[in-house]
Amino acid sequence: MERVISTRPLVSGSAEGILLVSVEPLSFWGGYDAQTGEIIDRRHPLSGHIAAGCILALPSSRGSSTTSAVLLEAVRLGRAPAAIITSSRDTYFALASIVAGELYDASFPVLAVPADIRQSLVSGARAVVEPEGILRVG
Amino acid sequence: MAQYGALFSRHSISYIKDSICVARSNNQIELSESDSAALEGAAGPAVKMAMRILVKMAVLYGARALLDITQAHIDSTVYIGDAGLEYAEGLANMGAKVAVPTTLNVSGVDEYHWQEWPVPPEWAGKARRQMDAYQNMGCTPTWTCAPYQTEQRPQFGQQVAWGESSAIVFANSVIGARTERYPDLLDICCAITGRAPAAGLHLSENRAGQVLLHLVDVPIELQETDTFYTVLGFLMGRLVDDEVPVLVGLEVEPGEDQLKALGATAASTGRTAMFHVVGVTPEAPTLDIAFHGKEPQRQIDISEADLREARRKLSTTGDARLDMIVLGSPHFSLAEFSQLQLLITGQLCSPDLEFVVTSSRGVALLAERAGYLQSLRRFGGKLTVDTCILTTPMLPDGVETIMTNAGKFAYYVPGLLGAQVVFGTLQECIASAIAGRILLNDELWNE
Repeated sequence: MERVISTRPLVSGSAEGILLVSVEPLSFWGGYDAQTGEIIDRRHPLSGHIAAGCILALPSSRGSSTTSAVLLEAVRLGRAPAAIITSSRDTYFALASIVAGELYDASFPVLAVPADIRQSLVSGARAVVEPEGILRVG
Repeated sequence: MAQYGALFSRHSISYIKDSICVARSNNQIELSESDSAALEGAAGPAVKMAMRILVKMAVLYGARALLDITQAHIDSTVYIGDAGLEYAEGLANMGAKVAVPTTLNVSGVDEYHWQEWPVPPEWAGKARRQMDAYQNMGCTPTWTCAPYQTEQRPQFGQQVAWGESSAIVFANSVIGARTERYPDLLDICCAITGRAPAAGLHLSENRAGQVLLHLVDVPIELQETDTFYTVLGFLMGRLVDDEVPVLVGLEVEPGEDQLKALGATAASTGRTAMFHVVGVTPEAPTLDIAFHGKEPQRQIDISEADLREARRKLSTTGDARLDMIVLGSPHFSLAEFSQLQLLITGQLCSPDLEFVVTSSRGVALLAERAGYLQSLRRFGGKLTVDTCILTTPMLPDGVETIMTNAGKFAYYVPGLLGAQVVFGTLQECIASAIAGRILLNDELWNE
């Protein structure tokens, strides 16, 4: 059955992909290979997963300031997540999307949802993001 | 493709007297006359683009206005791919100039010595183009992740815009300068416009402690070691989210390099941008002042066992052939060079491994004058400046295991270098360098 979730878009847009969910924050520098889209933080639960094209749900970024630059590079190479769902006022993902819009006209949706809703998402489900911030799962 | 512009089209901008209000759902930002003019392009295309990005981000930060900064530190300097290069060159080619004194973080290559390492020339060429772009914007070529170890160290209370996670936490906590936790790409927008969102750690009320970190029965002998601060940082980053922790229970006075290690490691395992140590850091003379007179939102106890477990987690192996030892993440300070000299004088590094110290060109000049670099060379060690071994593809073939005393470096090695890492004390690193194999013999930490 389809689930419809209303989100707060930090950067709005459309996307479609498979959900990839973790309760642990991620630094993209040292944690995401922009060439392949693989999560390479070997201490992270999603280590080894390919997040390119997925709708990635994380509580926030962590660690390096270079997270935004790595994510921008992944956009350039077509290996970024299709959308990112987060719960905090973390700005790192949104910045990468805004600059990707400036440089490549290729911004991607970054959505904020309450933590309990994010935690109820399950990896593997198909999801669609609509421009108004509606997230349809399943 | 997404359209952010729908929320930020010109239709949502209305003129009110001398200012522009950009309205967006529950948040309004009021721009000054000069901010508005910059946004309209009065100061040229580079300032216009920087201001456009900054204003969009300021809304997300929840800022009601922008404020003046008097200094910036740019983390977007490292070449990690063509996007960052195109961004930097795009700004530079539009004539961007920084509006405030601006230091630069580690570069993509050691500018004058990269040929001594197996760095691909094409890669080095692009890294140097990115370095040139930031210098052309008027930034100071400090090339260091530790800008607080340069002449442009900010002062207490100064409003700055810094990138580089380890530097941000140092500026806020140890110096009492004020910066949000700025990401790459936005830092240069702040520097070009001389403005930052009036939000987050720029504002006094957000600098209050929130979480009490209580050291419980941690022996003073452990507290006196450098390793203690690194493993405490590992825990702090993990246990505290984006809140401001307040550390109590410390019975010794930590040095600046120990606080540097504490913050850098916490900003790797988590996103700590500011901490207080009661009786030590400048905004925490007392517990009450650290919390701005409020109650802690929660308390976390940290025991000796927690610290020992955190220390184990910093290593991914303890029993392997050792290929390389790396010190200086964040960049080695003059005091750390002095500490190193005492341990290596009269000793020789094993020829079976590489021993490398990373620092800035500025600190390296002072270390040369002080004779510290001569000691390092006699020991058989190398120095690399400007860059970081985590960011430049400079490792010799066959490096599978790296040892370090730096928590930040230990945290990122497995992902960025695909190598195993051993975390040890400085003394253990030196003993291992001499022996040519991993020696974990510290009596306090190895029970």
